[in-house]
Amino acid sequence: MSAMTSSSGPRPFWQPHLAGVLLGLGLLMTFVLTGHGLGASGFTTALAATTADVVAPATTESSSYWGPMFENGRNPLDSWITWQVIGAAIGALIGAMTAGRFQISYDGPVRLSKPKRLAMAFAGGAISGLGARISLGCTSGLGLSGAATLASAGFLFLGGFFITGAIIGLATRRIWQ
Amino acid sequence: MSFPLGIGGVASGLICGLVFGFALERAGFGSATKLTAQLRFKDWAVFNVMFTAILVAAVGLYVLQLVGMVDIDQIYIPSAFLWATLLGGVGVGAGMSIGGYCPGTSVVGFCSGRIDALMFFGGLIFGTFIFAGAYDFLEPMLTALPAPEAQTLPELLGVPTWVVLGALIAVAATVGYLTTRKPAVSSTASA
Repeated sequence: MSAMTSSSGPRPFWQPHLAGVLLGLGLLMTFVLTGHGLGASGFTTALAATTADVVAPATTESSSYWGPMFENGRNPLDSWITWQVIGAAIGALIGAMTAGRFQISYDGPVRLSKPKRLAMAFAGGAISGLGARISLGCTSGLGLSGAATLASAGFLFLGGFFITGAIIGLATRRIWQ
Repeated sequence: MSFPLGIGGVASGLICGLVFGFALERAGFGSATKLTAQLRFKDWAVFNVMFTAILVAAVGLYVLQLVGMVDIDQIYIPSAFLWATLLGGVGVGAGMSIGGYCPGTSVVGFCSGRIDALMFFGGLIFGTFIFAGAYDFLEPMLTALPAPEAQTLPELLGVPTWVVLGALIAVAATVGYLTTRKPAVSSTASA
């Protein structure tokens, strides 16, 4: 696709169990250092709150959901999870660059046009963002980190996640392959 | 020495995040095609990576607790609210099967150059706005049917922790053996 692609092409992904061991050691290190696990949706919530506050400060700070995040002049982005997500972005960038995998591209259901793929990505993101607020955590914070503490919440979340994902995934498989 | 250290600063966030993002990228989790192939049962990487990671961390916490190096009361254990936790999982699962990612992997996706992952991330912010708008309506459901606070599977099932860990290792090892013996034949889309 791109002239920048090296002749050898991107290196293959790691064997799943090897990647899993590194991810697990990183998660264990996080628990040992901080007392809690890894996450993602805590950051998107803080970012959404800050965006709302920039656009409409009065409405946001009096809102029943956003309001408490700004009490006493607090800034929701001033939080450990912000630095962790910035770290994850840098780690992913290093991973993609060093494997020859960084490339501007459009992933998603290959049978659909690019605009339709982007529309589905946005819709899926909206459903995911709504879901992660309902459960107070996403695949990282509740699924991965919760299950690592053997919390029943983590396994309940993962059950709902995999069963629903598989039902819709199988029903829509023709547009993906 | 006793853990956790309670280090909540910039450096610990950046370092923990760096390992997280790098491992997810190396696993192939920056690709919507790779992630959703698990949901079509064409590729078991998501299951194998997640369960391996969960067990490495869970066994690590268990051993560190046994030798007295980790005070488990200082480790955050999320609480379940039956409807909210399950419905949230349904939403995040539906989101991945439709949009290709989850919140964390969308960051990995757009840091690998994927424009659709950036759209997914924008969708996450929009979904959070919807939640905030519907908060007063949703609130009674969010805390309905709470499980006991910070309940774990060993507490729920009334068995020792090592039994639960042993059972999970057996499941992970069986699935791992059945799914990684031969290279996947079907999808070459993201290899």
